[in-house]
Amino acid sequence: MATRAETRLTPLKITSYALVATWLIIAAFPFLWTVWGSFKVQGDFFSKADWTNAIYGVFTQRETGGAFTFAGYYGAWIQEEFWRNVLNTTVIVFFTVVISLTFGTLGGYALARSGFRYAFWILMAALIFRAMPHITLVSGYMLPFFEWNIWGLKGTAIIVLVAINQPFTLWMLHSFFKNIPKDMDESAMVDGCTRFQAFRHVIVPVMWPGVITTGLFSFLLAYNDYAVTSMLLSKPNETMVPAVASFLGSVQVQGNIMFAVAAVVSATAPLFVLILFFQRQIVSGLTAGAVKG
Amino acid sequence: MKHRTFFWFILPTLSAMILFIALPIVSVFVQSLFVEHEQVLVVSESCGPFGCTETTSIDAEATAALRAESPLGRFNGLGTYFDRSHLAIAEVGEIWGESTGLASFLSGLMDLKFYKALFFTLTYTFVVTPLVLILGLAVAVGVNNLPKALRGIAIFISLLPFLVATIVGSMILSWMLDGEGIIGATLQILFNDPSLSIKASTPLMWIALMVYGVWHTLPFSFITFYAGLQTVPQDTLEAARVDGASKWQTMMNVVVPHLMPLVSFVTLMLLMDNFRVFEPIISFQAEAHAQSLSTFIVSDLREAGNPLYASAGATSILTIIGVAILLTPVLIRTWRDFNAKSH
Repeated sequence: MATRAETRLTPLKITSYALVATWLIIAAFPFLWTVWGSFKVQGDFFSKADWTNAIYGVFTQRETGGAFTFAGYYGAWIQEEFWRNVLNTTVIVFFTVVISLTFGTLGGYALARSGFRYAFWILMAALIFRAMPHITLVSGYMLPFFEWNIWGLKGTAIIVLVAINQPFTLWMLHSFFKNIPKDMDESAMVDGCTRFQAFRHVIVPVMWPGVITTGLFSFLLAYNDYAVTSMLLSKPNETMVPAVASFLGSVQVQGNIMFAVAAVVSATAPLFVLILFFQRQIVSGLTAGAVKG
Repeated sequence: MKHRTFFWFILPTLSAMILFIALPIVSVFVQSLFVEHEQVLVVSESCGPFGCTETTSIDAEATAALRAESPLGRFNGLGTYFDRSHLAIAEVGEIWGESTGLASFLSGLMDLKFYKALFFTLTYTFVVTPLVLILGLAVAVGVNNLPKALRGIAIFISLLPFLVATIVGSMILSWMLDGEGIIGATLQILFNDPSLSIKASTPLMWIALMVYGVWHTLPFSFITFYAGLQTVPQDTLEAARVDGASKWQTMMNVVVPHLMPLVSFVTLMLLMDNFRVFEPIISFQAEAHAQSLSTFIVSDLREAGNPLYASAGATSILTIIGVAILLTPVLIRTWRDFNAKSH
C-alpha cells in the first residue's frame, strides 16, 4: 500500500520522471517523424527552411494536391520492385525460423536432460560461437561458396542464418527445458516409450511457450540481419534490409530519397505489429538468460 | 540420457554449428595465411631494325588459370598479419623511433589504417557500454516508479529502437541528422552556423555514431534491469526504510548490489555487440570518418572483381582475438563456478 511518503514528489522522483519522459520521447520521436514524413514529398521531409512544413506538408500540397502522397511507396514497391525483397524476406525468415527451432528444440532438450560433462562443453562452445562477429564468419564463407557455386542462393543464406542462430536458440531452449520436470518424460519412458516418443508425446505439447519466445528472437535475427544477407545473396534474392541499404546509394543520386524512406517504414511496420502482440514474450525472452544467471 | 540418444538429438544443431561456425573460422585462418597471386608477366622481345626492345605485359590467361588452379593464392605465412594495412610492425617501429613522446607516437599510429579502425572500435565500445549501463539503470528505476498502467506503454515504446534492424534504425537517424533534416537543421539554427554539417566533420560523426549506439542498445539494459528490479526482496527494502535510509542510500546500498549479477551479464552482451559495430557506419555513410574492424573486413571483401580474402581473413582473426580478450574474464568466472559446483 502506498503511504504518503511514497506518493510525495521529491526532487529525486521528479528527476527520474523527467528522465523517463525524455527517454520515451527520444525513443519514439524518430519513428513518428519518419512514418509521418514518408507520406510527404522530399521538399517537406527535408524542410530546411521551416520544419513545420514537414508536419503540414506545404510542398506536398503544392506538388500533388493533397496533404498526403503515396508516391514514395509507389516508387519503392512498384518502380524499384521492393515487393520482390519482401517476398524474399518472407521465404528466408520463414525457413530460418522453422529449421532453427526444429534443430534447437532437439538439441536443447538433449542438453537439458543429459548430465554428462560434454553437455557443459557444448554449451560453452555455443557461448563462444555466439560471440563471433558475423562478419568474420562471412569472410570465411565467401571463398568456399564461390568455389562450390552456391553463393547467392536463398538456401545458402537460410542454412547460414540457421547455424548463426543455433547458439542462442540452444541456450534459450536448454534453460526452458530444464524447467520442465524430468518426471514427465521419464514416467512416459517407464510406460514403454522410447526417448523420442516421450519427447514427441509428452514434451512437445507443453513446450510451445518457450518455443514461441525463442522463435521470436530467431525471427528478429533473420529479419534484421545485414552482414550475412548483404554479402551472401545475389541481387534478385536480396532481402529487405540489404535492399534498403543499397537503395540509399542509388536513389539518392536520382533524387528519389523518399523511396528509401517509404521502404524503411515498410520494413519497420511488421516489427511494430510484432511488439504489439508479443511484448510480454519478448521481454521475458530478453531477461530469461539474465535473471536465471 | 544414453550417449547414443543424445548423439542423435544433438546431431542436427551440432553439425550446423560445426559446418557453418567452426569450419569458417578455420577457413578464415587458412585464408589469412595465403596471399593473392601476383599477375603473371611475360617478357617478350621484339627485334626491329634498330635493335631489340623488351616489353613486359600481363598474361591474363595464365593469371586466370593460376587463380582457378589454386584460388587461395600463394602461401604467405603470417606475412599478411604484419603488413602495412594490419599490424604494420615495421611502420610502428619506425614511428616509435621517430616519435618524441607518447602523443606524437599515438598520432603517428593513427595514420595506419588498422590502428585507426581499432581505435574507433575501442572508443565506441568503451563509451557506449558504460553510458548504456548507467542510463539504462536510471530509466529502469524511473519506469519502476511509474503507475502500473503506464509501465506497459513505456516498455512498448522502448522496445522499438532495440528491435528495429540496426541498418534501418541508423538510416532513420541519419536522415534526421542530415543538414536539411530536422535535427541537423535545428542544430544549424541553434549554433547560428548554416554550414554546420554533422556528416562532414569527423568528431561530430563519431558522436553521432555513439549517440546512435546508446539509443539502439539502451532498451536492452533498461528491460533487463527493470526485470531485475521486480525481484528485489521487499523486506530488505522495508528494513532499509525502517533504519532511516534515504531513497538514494537504499538505491546505492540495496538495489544496486542486488542487480550486480545482471550488470555483469549486460556488460558482457554489450561489449560483444559493440565491439562488432558495423551497420551504423554503413547507414551513416561514414566510412570516410570512421572505420571499425568490421567495416574494414567488408571493404576488403567488396574489393571489385578481386576480393582480398587474405587481408579480410587476417583482420577477422585479429577481431576474433579481440573478442576473446574481452570475453576472457567472463569465461574464467564461468569455469570457476562450474568447478566450484562439481567439487
